[in-house]
Order: sequence, then C-alpha cells, then structure tokens
Amino acid sequence: MTMPETELRSPLRELLSELTPTVIICSLILLGFIVVVIFAPLIAPYGEGEILTNDSFALQGSEGKVQPGSTLLLGSDFLGRDILSRLIYGARVTLSVALAISLLAFLLGSTIGFVAATIRGTGDAILSRIVDALISFPSIMIALIVVTSLGSTFTVLIITVALIDATRVFRVARALAMDIVVQDYIEAATVRGEGLGWIMWQEVLPNALGPLAAEFGIRFTYAILFISALSFLGLGVQPPHADLGLMVKENIQALLYASAYDDLRYALICITPALCIAIVTVSVNLIVDWYLKSTGASLPEEL
Amino acid sequence: MTGKFLEVRDLCVAARLQKSTLTPIVRNVSFAIETGKVVALIGESGSGKTTISLACMGYARPGCVITGGSVRLDDIEVLELDLLERRRFRGTDVSYVAQSAAASFNAALTITRQVTETPLIKNLMSADEATEKAVSLYRELDLPEPEAIGRRYPHQVSGGQLQRLMAAMAMICDPKLLILDEPTTALDVTTQIEVLQAFKKLIRDKHTSAIYVSHDLAVVAQVADDILVLKDGEMIEYGPADQIIHEPSQDYTRDLISAAHVMPKSMPKTRTPTIQTTHENTTKPLLVVDNVTAGYGPNHQYLALHSVSIEAHAGCTIGIIGESGSGKTTLGRVISGLMGSKQGEVRLDGMPLAGSIGKRSRDELRSIQFAFQMADVALNPRHRIRKILGRPLKFYFNMSEGEVDHRVDELLDTVELPSSFSSRFPRELSGGERQRINLARSLTAEPKLMICDEITSALDTIVAEAILKLLRELQERLKIAYVFISHDLSTISKVADTVAVMRDGKIVEYGSTVEVLTPPHHSYTELLLSSVPELRTDWLDTIETQRAAVRTAAAG
Repeated sequence: MTMPETELRSPLRELLSELTPTVIICSLILLGFIVVVIFAPLIAPYGEGEILTNDSFALQGSEGKVQPGSTLLLGSDFLGRDILSRLIYGARVTLSVALAISLLAFLLGSTIGFVAATIRGTGDAILSRIVDALISFPSIMIALIVVTSLGSTFTVLIITVALIDATRVFRVARALAMDIVVQDYIEAATVRGEGLGWIMWQEVLPNALGPLAAEFGIRFTYAILFISALSFLGLGVQPPHADLGLMVKENIQALLYASAYDDLRYALICITPALCIAIVTVSVNLIVDWYLKSTGASLPEEL
Repeated sequence: MTGKFLEVRDLCVAARLQKSTLTPIVRNVSFAIETGKVVALIGESGSGKTTISLACMGYARPGCVITGGSVRLDDIEVLELDLLERRRFRGTDVSYVAQSAAASFNAALTITRQVTETPLIKNLMSADEATEKAVSLYRELDLPEPEAIGRRYPHQVSGGQLQRLMAAMAMICDPKLLILDEPTTALDVTTQIEVLQAFKKLIRDKHTSAIYVSHDLAVVAQVADDILVLKDGEMIEYGPADQIIHEPSQDYTRDLISAAHVMPKSMPKTRTPTIQTTHENTTKPLLVVDNVTAGYGPNHQYLALHSVSIEAHAGCTIGIIGESGSGKTTLGRVISGLMGSKQGEVRLDGMPLAGSIGKRSRDELRSIQFAFQMADVALNPRHRIRKILGRPLKFYFNMSEGEVDHRVDELLDTVELPSSFSSRFPRELSGGERQRINLARSLTAEPKLMICDEITSALDTIVAEAILKLLRELQERLKIAYVFISHDLSTISKVADTVAVMRDGKIVEYGSTVEVLTPPHHSYTELLLSSVPELRTDWLDTIETQRAAVRTAAAG
C-alpha cells in the first residue's frame, strides 16, 4: 500500500501534531530560560557581584540600604547581593556549562561508540574494557581528584565532566550501533567499498539519531546536577561567579534564619536556586519522555 | 456437527492515518466456515488478508479500527465482546499461527515451556497434563523425538520444525478455529511440503476449522476447501477450491493462477535465441568460480562450501538452487568479496579477485553487484531514494549533483517507477517498489555481474513475476550476467540458462536448465522437483507415497 502523494508528511510535522499541553508548557519554560540566559546582562537588574545592602539575607521586596532606591525582588544573599540578578547570571553559567559538557560528551562518546560497533572484534573489546574501567570509579570522585589537582577553571571543569559523561554515552551509542551495523543496508554499503567514515556518519548515525537525542536530554540534566553538586562542594564554579548549585551552598545559612525567626520567607532565598535546577531538569525530562513515546513504537492499547 | 461455524458478514476495517480520517482497507467482506473445513484467504500484500484473519479474533492492529460488520463464532458475536472476554476466548477458542515462527518464539525459553504457556496461565491444565498434551501433539505433527524435542531451545530445531511447534502451541487448547497466516511462505519447498502435510493431518484429525492465509495459490490448493480471493480489501471471487482453480471467473484470479509457483508445463527448449548464441560463441566466461572451499569461524573451521566450481557468461543467468543451509548464499558472499575462501579462486574476465572487499579495486567492486533478499532492510530507512541511488553514482563515477539527478531519473525510469519517487523514503514504497529500488541501486554501478540473492522470495507471486520480467528485459538490453540464488525451483526454471543444484555445500548437479530439469535427474534434484506443488487440489495426497521413495534415494 502506498500513501497518496498529498498525504506524505514529514516526520517533524507528524511529531508536532502530537503536542500535549505538558510539552507546550515545558517548552515555553525552557524557551524562557534560554532567552534569560542569552540576554542576562540586559535583563538582570543589578550586577553579578554588586552589594546592595549590608544585611545578610534581606527579605523579598525590601530596599537595598547601600544603594538607596533599589528593590531586592527576591531578597539578598549572605553578602547582600541581589538574588534575582545572581539567579539570572547563575542560570547563564550553569546552563551554558552543562550544554558545553553534553555536546562534548556526545561528540566523543558517540564517535568512539560507533567506531567500536563498526569495527567489532578486538578493537571493540579494548575500547569497551577501557570504558568499563573508567565507569567503575565513582564519577564524583574522579571529578574531585582532577579538579583539585588541575584547579577549577571553566575549561578543566567542562573537559573533566564531559569525559566522565562520554563513557556513558559510549555505551548507549555502541549498543544502538550494534543493532544497526548488522542490517543489510550496512552490508550493502560495505560491498560497495565504502569506508568507515561514510558508514558511521551516513548510514549508522541517521538511524541512531532519535534515541541519541533522547539520551542527550537526560545527559544534559545530569550535567546540570553534576556541576551543581561540584559547586556545592566548592569545586565547581568559583566565586564571585554565580552558579545555581553554588548559590544553594552559599545561602544554606538562610535556612537557620528561617527557623530562628520562624519565617519561611528566609528559607525561600536558599530554595529558589534549587527550584530553578528542578524546573529545568524536569522540563527537559518531560520533553524527552514525550519525544520517546511519540517516536518509539508504543504497545497497542489492548495488551 | 455441520452448519456454519464461523460466519463473517460485511466486515469493514479502516486504517487511521491521521487523527480524524479513516481510510477503509477492508470493505464488506463476508464468508463462512463449516466445522472442520478450511477457508483460504488469498491475495497480494496489502490486500487485507491478514487484517481480516485478525478481525476474526476481534483484534485490529494498532492504527486500525473495525468499523462494521459481524463476526459470529458458534453463537458468540466476537466484535461485541469486551476486552476481558476477548482475552479469555483468544488462545482457547481461536488461535493464531504467525508467518515467522522464528520471530514468534522467545529464544531464551525452552519450547515446551512456551507451547504450554496458554493452558497454564489460563489454569486449564496442570503442568504435567499440558506437557503430556504437548508431546502427543508433537507426535501427531511428525516431529522427531517427540519426548525430547520440547526440552530444546528454539534455535536448536530447524525452521520447518519450529513452524510445526508453533502449530502445536496453537492447538494445545483444542481451539475451534485455527488461523494460519502464511505459515509456509518462509520455508524451502521440501520443508514446506512436510509442514503442509502435518497441518492438513492435524486439521483433519482434530476436526478443527481453519483460516489459511497465503499469496500462493498452489499451496492454498492443497489445504483449502473454499477459497476467497481478495484484492485491495475487496472480495474478488469466493467459491470451492476446485472451481476457483479450474474455472476462475475473474481476470485477477487468472493472473494469480498464472503467477503461482508451479513448474512450467513444458520446458522451453531454448530461451531467446540471441542469448543462446552468445552463450555458445563466448569461449571465455565472465566469471569463473574455480574449486572454491570456504567456511565460517577461525581458519574456515565450519565449511559451508566444498570445492565448488561454476561459470557465468555475459548476458546469461546461472541459477543456484538448494535448501537453506546448502551454501548457496555463502557462494554469493564469496563471489562478492564479503567472505574470503580457504582454497580455490574467483576470476573475473580471467583476472583473479582478492578475497576481501578492502583489497579489491573500485572497478572490480563496481563490476560485481549484490542484490539483497529483503529490500526493506537493504535500503537505509533514513535515506531518500535519491540518496540511495545517487551514492553509488558519486562513489563509482564521481558524478556532479546535476548529473546524479538526471541519472537517478533515468534509473527510476529503467525500473518502471515515476521520477517523483526520488524524494521519498523507503517506508513510503510498497514491497515490490522497494525491490525495484534495490535492483536499481545495483544497476547504478553498471555492473557486469549481478548476484541476486533470493530477491523474489519475500514478494508475493504477482509482484515477483513482474520483477522477473524486469530482470529479463534488463539482461537483454544491458547484457548483464546474473547469479540467481533461490530455493524455488519454479522461479529458477523461468529465469536461468544454466542451473547448479547445491546440497550441503557441494554441487550435486550442474548443467543447462533443460538438462537439469528433464529426466534423468540426480536423486536430490528429483526430490526438489517433486516438492514443487502442482495446481490441483489432490496433489498433496497423491504425492506422499511417491516422495517417500525419492527421499530415501536422495538420502542414500
């Protein structure tokens, strides 16, 4: 059965026809974050390290005493800096670092994974065992060792975390490619005399792209959580730069104020950056879930 | 027990392409089965035969909806049952045997465990009773070692045995209706006949009604009492098997009959004279496979080919025939360079070819092209047709974009497809169209030799006939040599000039098609020949005794 000419639909349009309200909301949230991250200096009311008040943890909506006339919409942190401005700059750092990490991890992980699956045999065994050995170390420990010995710059941070993530991507990419390289169309390309490059990028990649994109979403959220965790431990993004994880750590004292003054508004100062992390990761994951469901073969309702 | 046992009236099924639109794929189909009788649904792919058989269980595949009509089994209206009731009645009252048994068994569980699953999960028998029942079914289905075979895993039995085991799985709850969906299509002729005999015996002994779905009229003729011919979801003709076969009233039925996998009535003495003369005048063959021995595993440990020698001439076709496991595909792989050989060599135009693809020159690779059996997995699903056909052009001839576009249009025209197809993806084509693209891809390289590995086996008879016609035309025009690998003797007899019969990696008979197919035969060729069904309803019954003698001779 061939479909009539007019009913041929592009995969993208097919996907768009299955949009759900959840996905639309999540996409809008992410879009909002992206706009904020790109135009951070224009949107943030104050500078990243600007001290507006000499109170630790000024409450939401109070006036900055150092700079009269300024309002602290979301309150101030322990040094009297505007939480809102730092959130905006912090999101910029966190999201761009996480994006750089995931891109690098995917470039490395999927290339090596495809190579391993295509060449098979001894080469594959060697690559896979190296990756197994790397995976057997707790990832946070490797990161701690590397970052402490090399110093915490953005470059070191991105490369270290990307390498750790690449081992996970390798396994996914290799498993996907293993199923693809046994297909007849790969054999057809081999008989034609095609080289490894063409087979990997032109024959294998397009067929692995869907699951890899989904994996990218998950890896991206892990990267956010991972650098937030590193920052929380004091080894990630260094002050005075803001970072969502670092902000949680810096303002953890606000929780004490909240219990001492019996006022939950203080707790909010510490929770807002954590909330931002949660919103981004949940949004990305929901979109990934939807994407997997609408492209993958779902079970018939009857079963 | 007589009367209408299953009655299907005005059945309509539609496919949901978009959320709101329904496209009918089965329209107003009605038929009835009496107890113990077999109705065959026959038609090409896309004719709705599987859809109808599934609807008899009250099931529609995802994306399909049953939009009207009634299915009455005994006194149950199947379509009115709710989900839970349907689930209860499937497997016990109605059961289904799928086309590919290999894909339907779980490779990690033993056979008996899977055969007895239905009665156990439905609490109809104890484990011991179910196993005992399974063993008695194995015996009735003529399976070897009925007591022991169930303890094996699916990969430890042959394809034909697995298909019979699947029938055992379907019969274990004594269903009133058995649905057989193309159960022998994927099998060799010699295996097919055994499976057919087993099914026929089982249906007769158990007095079960059955629906037999197939595209091959010659097979259907052996088992069916009534035949329903379908095309594009509509009934073309419905009547007793004898009447449909001998006095078809519709043109479409006549087409089906002429395309059926049966041996031609008389052997063509010679094929087209031009080919015959070139064959005799050419002293030097295009391709020589000289005494090749090859196998799998380290150092060719497990031999699949033993001292095989064949020749292929320009503009001629050599047919390689044998059952699965006879080494015919391995031979194709050695010629194409996908596999090296342990001994012997392959020569093209007198020049020896290297044993691996990496060591062959681009021109040698271009000269020998391989057409794969399953077009749906041989074409990259993420590439548009233009890229699939364009890549070899760029790869072998370094053509510019403009030249490629022009040539792709020409190639599509050569395989009789519209040029608008170049922007489509393979999934947007039918099986026959995909096989044409598959051939076109091999043609792009302008090869001297094409290896066609079972290229028509996965297609239904009418589409296969068209592909064979296309191959013949191309050969006359382009003087390509074909190595045509198939398990189907009737197909080989239609295309080949010379035939090599293979068994267990050896060539048992080799000569011109006329020589091989006219008596006296080698005993194995005799067995193959006697396994090709004939278009008459009593063939299967008459053949049994005759074949037993042939089989012992072939084994000896």
